[in-house]
Amino acid sequence: MKRVSAFLIGAVFGLGIALAGMANPAKVLNFFDLAGSWDPSLVFVMGGALVTTAIGYRIVFGARQKPVLEAAFNVPASRVIDRYLVGGSALFGIGWGIAGFCPGGAIPALGLGYGETFQFVGAMIAGILAARLVNTQILQPAIARSA
Amino acid sequence: METEFTPYWSLLGGVLIGLAATLLMALHGRIAGMTGILSGVLPPPATDWQWRAAFLAGAIVAPMVFVAAGGTIEFAVPVNTLPLIFGGFIVGIGVYFGSGCTSGHGVCGMARLSPRSIAATLVFMLAAFITVYVSRHVIGV
Repeated sequence: MKRVSAFLIGAVFGLGIALAGMANPAKVLNFFDLAGSWDPSLVFVMGGALVTTAIGYRIVFGARQKPVLEAAFNVPASRVIDRYLVGGSALFGIGWGIAGFCPGGAIPALGLGYGETFQFVGAMIAGILAARLVNTQILQPAIARSA
Repeated sequence: METEFTPYWSLLGGVLIGLAATLLMALHGRIAGMTGILSGVLPPPATDWQWRAAFLAGAIVAPMVFVAAGGTIEFAVPVNTLPLIFGGFIVGIGVYFGSGCTSGHGVCGMARLSPRSIAATLVFMLAAFITVYVSRHVIGV
């Protein structure tokens, strides 16, 4: 049941990304190109997604103590803005501006079957795994030692 | 490369993304962040990798079915292979340390007014605007 539900919700997400134009690097890069071939479509994607989610979350959290299929809501509680958050986000933004794909745009784009998407996603997965390796093997042990 | 301004399709797509985020919270109690969902299926996988894999499969299959049914999804990559791969690699590093991307921070986190997500979204949007300006108008790629 959980898997069927997650598959269908993933399908709604992927269809939304594709229809919105987020799976198209040319369109995403044009959104960021204010001084050139600017395409403001992404304002509508972000606006539509943000307003719908804000209203949806309000209804969900107002109506239920726990989700339908799980024992509890699993929502990040941290409110700390640290150098990892800022540095990581800056690096992500630079990569997004270079390639035109973000993770949520690239995964659904795999379904369109173009080779460039597979190259991007392969490199992105390598980046996540490399970062995880550095974090768990070097950074966290060093933080534990200094604590 | 010019792309067509598509306010209606983009708004519809955005509403569907928001609907998916709402449903994932209502049914699974989870943030619809692609970084977190994807990271949980990569080795070593999270204990709850099954729903994550199912979500990813759905996200990939939906555009495939839409195109197979006769729909059109515009797609073009105006970037060479080397910058595409370099960009992918640093996107991976960045979203790992930044704990999220456009979907997790930009949509879900912003929708619940998380200070971390608001900060992350401002930073990655600004970085992307600057990067495109520099690459297209200063360096002139």
